[in-house]
Amino acid sequence: MPYLGSEDVVKELKKALCNPHIQADRLRYRSVIQRVIRMSKLDQWGQAEVLNFLLRYQPRSEEELFDILNLLDSFLKSSSPGVVMGATKLFLILAKKFPHVQTDVLMQVKGPLLAACSSESRELCFAALCHVRQILHSLPGHFSSHYKKFFCSYSEPHYIKLQKVEVLCELVNDENVQQVLEELRGYCTDVSADFAQAAILAIGGIARTYTDQCMQILTELLGLRQEHITTVVVQTFRDLAWLCPQCTEAVCQALPGCEENIQDSEGKQALIWLLGVHGKRIPNAPYVLEDFIENVKSETFPAVKMELLTAVLRLFFSRPAECQDMLGRLLHYCIEEEKDMAVRDRGLFYYRLLLAGISEAKQILCSPKSDPSLRLLEDQAERPVNSWALDFNTLVPVYGKARWATLSKCQGVEHHGPELPNTAAFPTSGPLIPEENKERVQELPDSGALMLIPNHQLTAECFEKTWLSLKVAHQQVFPWQGAVHPDTLQMALQVVNIQTIAMSRAGTQPWKAYLSAQDDTGCLFLTELLLEPANLQMQISVKQSEARTETLKSFISVLETVIGTIGDIKS
Amino acid sequence: MISQFFILSSKGDLLIYKDFRGDSGGRDVAELFYRKLTGLPDESPVVMHHDDRHFIHIRHSGLYLVATTSENISPFSLLELLSRLATLLGDYCGSLGEATISRNVALVYELLDEVLDYGYVQTTSTEVLRNFIQTEAVVSKPFSLFDLSSVGLFGAETQQSKVAPSSAASRPVLSSRSDQSQKNEVFLDVVERLSVLIASNGSLLKVDVQGEIRLKSFLPSGSEMRIGLTEEFCVGKSELRGYGPGIRVDEVSFHSSVYLDEFESHRILRLQPPQGELTVMRYQLSDDLPSPLPFRLFPSVQWDRGSGRLQVYLKLRCDLPPKSQALNVRLHLPLPRGVVSLSQELSSPEQKAELGEGALRWDLPRVQGGSQLSGLFQMDVPGLPGPPGQGPSASAPLGLGPASLSFELPRHTCSGLQVRFLRLAFRPCGNANPHKWVRHLSHSDAYVIRI
Repeated sequence: MPYLGSEDVVKELKKALCNPHIQADRLRYRSVIQRVIRMSKLDQWGQAEVLNFLLRYQPRSEEELFDILNLLDSFLKSSSPGVVMGATKLFLILAKKFPHVQTDVLMQVKGPLLAACSSESRELCFAALCHVRQILHSLPGHFSSHYKKFFCSYSEPHYIKLQKVEVLCELVNDENVQQVLEELRGYCTDVSADFAQAAILAIGGIARTYTDQCMQILTELLGLRQEHITTVVVQTFRDLAWLCPQCTEAVCQALPGCEENIQDSEGKQALIWLLGVHGKRIPNAPYVLEDFIENVKSETFPAVKMELLTAVLRLFFSRPAECQDMLGRLLHYCIEEEKDMAVRDRGLFYYRLLLAGISEAKQILCSPKSDPSLRLLEDQAERPVNSWALDFNTLVPVYGKARWATLSKCQGVEHHGPELPNTAAFPTSGPLIPEENKERVQELPDSGALMLIPNHQLTAECFEKTWLSLKVAHQQVFPWQGAVHPDTLQMALQVVNIQTIAMSRAGTQPWKAYLSAQDDTGCLFLTELLLEPANLQMQISVKQSEARTETLKSFISVLETVIGTIGDIKS
Repeated sequence: MISQFFILSSKGDLLIYKDFRGDSGGRDVAELFYRKLTGLPDESPVVMHHDDRHFIHIRHSGLYLVATTSENISPFSLLELLSRLATLLGDYCGSLGEATISRNVALVYELLDEVLDYGYVQTTSTEVLRNFIQTEAVVSKPFSLFDLSSVGLFGAETQQSKVAPSSAASRPVLSSRSDQSQKNEVFLDVVERLSVLIASNGSLLKVDVQGEIRLKSFLPSGSEMRIGLTEEFCVGKSELRGYGPGIRVDEVSFHSSVYLDEFESHRILRLQPPQGELTVMRYQLSDDLPSPLPFRLFPSVQWDRGSGRLQVYLKLRCDLPPKSQALNVRLHLPLPRGVVSLSQELSSPEQKAELGEGALRWDLPRVQGGSQLSGLFQMDVPGLPGPPGQGPSASAPLGLGPASLSFELPRHTCSGLQVRFLRLAFRPCGNANPHKWVRHLSHSDAYVIRI
């Protein structure tokens, strides 16, 4: 266990922080907290642990909150990055109702974070950069004056360079945009293709606000005629043309000539899309598309072919004379000779659409689009600090939110209800147990009447997991004749608030159904109905998540009633 | 907290494995980690995930120190722990490397036992650990003052020209108690890392100095020492001390055991260091160096696209004061793809230039302050794409990357900070006077000049 001081202090600490009954006695709890905070002579590991424990504490009053913050202030200036970050997280969480305190704390931690970003240890650097990005989501101007610290150096490992480029993209403001863009421009011609592409995408991100300068840079890059550069530039153009209609003109001027340099699927799709949507303004658009159509037989990517179909059709509406012939050829190929079903389907769809009438087709494909700038505003809305404060100083920013979500789904972490005694002598930063859950843990007296809650929804995975973990509580056999009508049964069960998770189709042998229901105390009833072939009986197996015989009996009777009614109706 | 800890060599051999909680896998997890690590296209991210476990690692001296955990813990704490373990192992075994670890396996396991209990950190302070560690470190050869092998002093690796106990680095600090009567020495290093970025038009884009004052003490713990820094040393932009511009740094941070009572008035640090390594002070300086940059490069490029001939003329000027010199200067210039041959003319015989891995490496062992050195390199680059144009052009072809310099500047600090004195408290039961070695050193971290 962490070395926190003398034995009795540690004992008190353990008891106070883990035992919900002590937690309820706020005076004792508070006095322990105060003693803990005032403990001196802790080394950096002890301090980090203490800060972690304190996350579970909720101060009672504003005075107490500021009291604690004052005491912990010195931790923010510690020389150990773990302690500083732990203290920052604690401040951010404790002060969640005081945004100005949160901003203050983030100002104080700027120095140590920047020092960590230039640390000799690359791993520390990486972790610090991930946290900088996290902060920038809420306070975009926070690091703007220190943009130079995020310039990439040639010898840095790839993963750090990528993070720095992302940070540069996010901290751009009026004062530093010129230098940042110049720096990113330098990276676009880097030897490493991945890095160059990341830099170009970052420029694309900045282009939403500083369109002119970025467009200039991107157009220059096209002049280099490098394959990996051109493809990403064209993709960026496609995004910009959608989000910033004002740069369409510049995009259209820059496009001619790109088609020679693009070989990969993504780039081709982007180019074709642009030619289709803005083809009116690009003089040689039909000829470029014609080239693609000539080579469509050797085209390996179905996505490109689909894009090609849409684009040629769109261009046909704006330049019918030039495109009619090639549209015909393309449709003929896609419908008659194409092996990929998705492409063929789309070709057929467009063909039939055209048969229905050219003006109708035009209306469908070329109607006014929704205003893209609205979505843009939503995307860029600053997220409040409280949305990520809990994730600060954990592994979540290091993985990135998207990857973390996938990881937690795979882990199948599902904590149904709190497990109080097990949350350990040394809990990690789990959230403080909410009041409602505590009540559920206590034993409620068994009520005779059964109240199944309506609109009970249980996912299939959850059902399966719970089913496999429980033992059969009750099994019985019900007389039955003939086949089952699943729809009727399902509806009848719905009336009594029993959800059908899965049901075999009528006539399958053996016929099975899985049902679930939940009563108002949270107890789950999982049922399996089995009808064997050539059997005049239906077997019912019920599993209950909490062992309560009264409610079980009530549930069985409800089930019997329903099944009996259905059986009677049928016969 | 931590479930397992293991150390892998750079080839993936498992040197040390310790399972603290018994809740995840077995030894094969180390192999799993190595495969995943080497399977990644580029250098690995710091944190990886597999099968409900997070793997966090650092690379230190060619070894991988890896910890696994199944909980969502603070990356900063864990990385700090791994670095601290690396330092601690280095202290106990002499240096950290595959050979030393394999020789001292028992000691390492004992250390791990004391430092981590069931995956929680007990203590990493050498003081407390001294009382528990019984095993002795095994050194490769006995320590001898006359051993002038070029093992560098801890931290930066340098060639020392004066006679110094340069193998002190490989001597374990916390060795047997009987050795205590031997050398009482203390080494104080002021090490600065210089990061510079110069644009292609010669303007300075970024300059950054990260400095550390590192102490390695073989004295018995508890002996008090006082380190005096330059009196005109100012922290922050607004402070003014003494007359004249003074020596300025932007930010300073100290180790928690340093007493700062005399820092305000006389810039003296007082501390009672434990045996082993300690970083006393860290400081940073950006954008405002008092002295000129040590090197300026004046490149000129001639590229004949038709014949594919590329000529690069590099003039390197050293702006250090005439008495100083720079050692082990190496210029690394990435070249465009497909460079076929290289001919060179260098201004002095002891330099060397060669082509390797798509880049030009120009080695200058010693550069005197104020001197200018030049090198002319001619290459054949058939079929190089680039901006359209006929005939020779002066613009750099694509792939002629930024030049990066690496060098060491002995006895020189870029910020101007100097240690005035290092005084030890008087010891009445004194042995021979303890030796004090103070050294100032700057080296380049990332000195990049764009062409």
